[in-house]
Amino acid sequence: MHRLLKFFLIVLGAYVLLKLPGLFFGIPVPSSLVLLYLFFVAVVTLLVMTSTEASARSLFAPIVAIVEDPALVRRRNAIFAVLPVLAALVAYQVVLPDNEANIGFRAVHPAPPALMEAYGKSFDLTTLENPLRPVESTDPVRFARLVKEGGDIYYSNCLFCHGAKLDGRGHYAHALDPRPLTFQGVDTIAQLQESYVFWRIVKGGPGLPKQSGPWASSMPVWEAELSEEEVWKVILFIYDYTGNRPREWSR
Amino acid sequence: MGSSVNHSYSLLYNKRERVAFGGLWSSPASGALSLVLLLLTVLLFGLLTLPSAAYAVSSDGTSDTAASVTATAVTGDEGAKLKVPPTSFEAYEAQRASKKGRKKKGPPAPVLEAKDYPEVEGISPRVTVWLAAQMHLWFAAFVLAVPIFVLILEAIGMLTGDRRYDRTAYEFIRVSITAYSITAITGGLLLLSLIVFYPAVMGYMSSVFSSSMLGYGLLFFVESITLYIYYYGWGVMNDGGGLKRLHLLIGLLLNISGTALMFIANAWVTFMMSPAGVDKFGALKGGVFAAINNHLWHPMNLHRFVANIAYGGSIVGAYAAYKYLSSRTEASRAHYDWMGYTASFIAIGALLPIPFAGYWLTAEIYSYSQQMGITLMGGVFGWLFIVQAVLIGALFLAANYYLWCGMGRTEGGARYTRYIKYIAVVLVLSFLVWFTPHNLVLTATETSALGGQYHPWLKSLGLMPAKNTAVNIMVIFTYISFLLYRRAGKASTAPWAKQATAVEVGLFGAAIANILFLGVYYGYYTDNVYKVVSSVPQVLTTLVVIVGSLIIEWAIFRRSNTVGGFKWGRMPDRSQYALVLIAVSFTWLMGLMGFVRSAIRQNWHVYSIMKDASAEAYTPSIAYAARVVSVGTIIFMALIIFIFWLSSLGKRDEIEG
Repeated sequence: MHRLLKFFLIVLGAYVLLKLPGLFFGIPVPSSLVLLYLFFVAVVTLLVMTSTEASARSLFAPIVAIVEDPALVRRRNAIFAVLPVLAALVAYQVVLPDNEANIGFRAVHPAPPALMEAYGKSFDLTTLENPLRPVESTDPVRFARLVKEGGDIYYSNCLFCHGAKLDGRGHYAHALDPRPLTFQGVDTIAQLQESYVFWRIVKGGPGLPKQSGPWASSMPVWEAELSEEEVWKVILFIYDYTGNRPREWSR
Repeated sequence: MGSSVNHSYSLLYNKRERVAFGGLWSSPASGALSLVLLLLTVLLFGLLTLPSAAYAVSSDGTSDTAASVTATAVTGDEGAKLKVPPTSFEAYEAQRASKKGRKKKGPPAPVLEAKDYPEVEGISPRVTVWLAAQMHLWFAAFVLAVPIFVLILEAIGMLTGDRRYDRTAYEFIRVSITAYSITAITGGLLLLSLIVFYPAVMGYMSSVFSSSMLGYGLLFFVESITLYIYYYGWGVMNDGGGLKRLHLLIGLLLNISGTALMFIANAWVTFMMSPAGVDKFGALKGGVFAAINNHLWHPMNLHRFVANIAYGGSIVGAYAAYKYLSSRTEASRAHYDWMGYTASFIAIGALLPIPFAGYWLTAEIYSYSQQMGITLMGGVFGWLFIVQAVLIGALFLAANYYLWCGMGRTEGGARYTRYIKYIAVVLVLSFLVWFTPHNLVLTATETSALGGQYHPWLKSLGLMPAKNTAVNIMVIFTYISFLLYRRAGKASTAPWAKQATAVEVGLFGAAIANILFLGVYYGYYTDNVYKVVSSVPQVLTTLVVIVGSLIIEWAIFRRSNTVGGFKWGRMPDRSQYALVLIAVSFTWLMGLMGFVRSAIRQNWHVYSIMKDASAEAYTPSIAYAARVVSVGTIIFMALIIFIFWLSSLGKRDEIEG
């Protein structure tokens, strides 16, 4: 098979592979990633194919022939006529208006402040720890009770957005942008210290820092609804339910 | 080539200067020795007098540079990080307004207002300081790095007797000598622009670091003198004996002073990120070393030291590519091909540990301040890390491509070219993992289909264990490319070569399996604490396999025959653009990541101590930042090309004849 054809087939194959999850499982690879992935697949394929003189000559031979060979004048003219039309079609597709909302580039992972004022006192988030966490090792029975109480608080207040399985698919979730966070998996709350989670629950969206704003968050301020202890209990529950451990620096 | 080499040394060595030099002292050796001794005396004197220049503040708050700072002023909690920085402007003001309990040992950081920032019509203070600092840093990184490997090359040349090393070392230093002047000029520009636009900030910083600033000046003097002796004395001290050893000693002194300069400047920069040795008002509590030895100083020192070597190698590699592409003779092409290979070897060799040094720095930023850490990688700057990942990937790809093309220097390379596609597949897969973000850029339709902001399958690739695993594998496969390149021109005569190669393959297989296991199991199936910690055995695995295979390779090819007629200069022109790409990627990368490192302080001049109250205290958009850095990169590369041109202007290249 000719090298140039092989190059196009490799890139096409990668494109099809990246589109399959969306077609068959309804879980698309985001178009921004598809573009990046394809770009690098194409670049590396070109690098491999030009790593030796013979290979590079073979790759570009058809292009050189099309441009230079007098016998291929008809084919050359056809290609030079079709290529601009194709480019125009692509450009037209890109600029064509659609109903898709603009892509939001803003990160949804705010940095916490060092200090937080709540419940009439000041919390140092750099050293703050869950006061109920030590119960886990000192009194497992009481700990289980605290987790259950945390669960009750969760299902009375948080369920509607964060979902019954803590997967961010609650009743209201589909109406929110960005979606409520899932607590499942090892890439959300497992990455965070409990002090961070405490801050996000207590201060909610309105308590997000001025820096890097404006933020998009539907998280309510729970300071007025839940007591300090109740918030800590909910935190125990969400870590326990999802099988995650809070992030620690000290160990 | 031998005759041209000898001819080149006659060009380096001006006879009249030799007479003048010899006239001043009885012989060049004793003259140079006297100079070195003089410099050492000055350095020693400076070091001994440094503590007396420490800034002190009397009880009434007035500053004094008296020599009366004694050990009693040093408190036990120096170096401890500030635990309670204010969170809001109100808290900050309240804290500052309350003077109770403050130990008055140094001037506090002033509370700034808009009027404290002088304005110059039509000039943005931030962009001016930004570009001046960035230019200075690029040039400084280059001129600090080049003498390091010049010294190593010179030493290798002396030990092996291969004069190519010596000539290449001299050519490297010749390229950097013009850059040295520009480094000083941009340093002056930076200092002036800081004094003009941020006088209060400079006032505070100099109140904390006065003694180290004086030390910096002294070291700059030492570095300049040693550099000029090292460069201009190259010819006269090239006797292959005692003078050559003295020359190497001067080179060592040059490197020590240059590295010390960088460490001091690093202390100022890291103090602004992780202040230490000062109280909550920013007043120095005791000796300046507590402020120097702040939380991020060592990680920054290591990261910059290694990265500078890689950067210096890449710029010299670009120079070699420039000369290679403009060569008119076979001899010249051969020389600059060899030079490009040597420079890229240095650049790539130093590139391999950089991700690990960077990871340490980042982990320490996180451990110092969760706020800075999350702003760095989880917040808005997270997007620049995607750009960083792409550029680092481009560096690895360019390095591999250069090695693949290098197999063409010998006919024996054909035996190994069939492996290139497999290496490429692994590199691509690792690369895709390396730059897949956790926070994806999603359209509304995609968000709806995925049911949230994270992709259910790809989200795991956005975490550090996946990145660490990918980068370790990329490093290993880049190293395999290097091994294949090394093997291209050789055939072992050892009867057990096949068995030894099988052991080597097994070693690589075991290492990759171990890296994957550590990344997957400890990254995703155990306590979060192990996620960070597991990166250390991953790096160790990579190092072990590299060292292990080097030993095996040495044993296999200790006795070998040459295959296919190795020939320098037999490289396609396109391979040289890989060297240029490496230099440009490094430059751009340093600019972008330098911005991020600095910007995570957000609206603080000195994090949690001294707030920025200027009109430009806001964090610029990443698009704006990228534009500024890109313009800076273009200016820098233009200046570098100008330097390349200048370096060959003074005298006709001896290789060209």
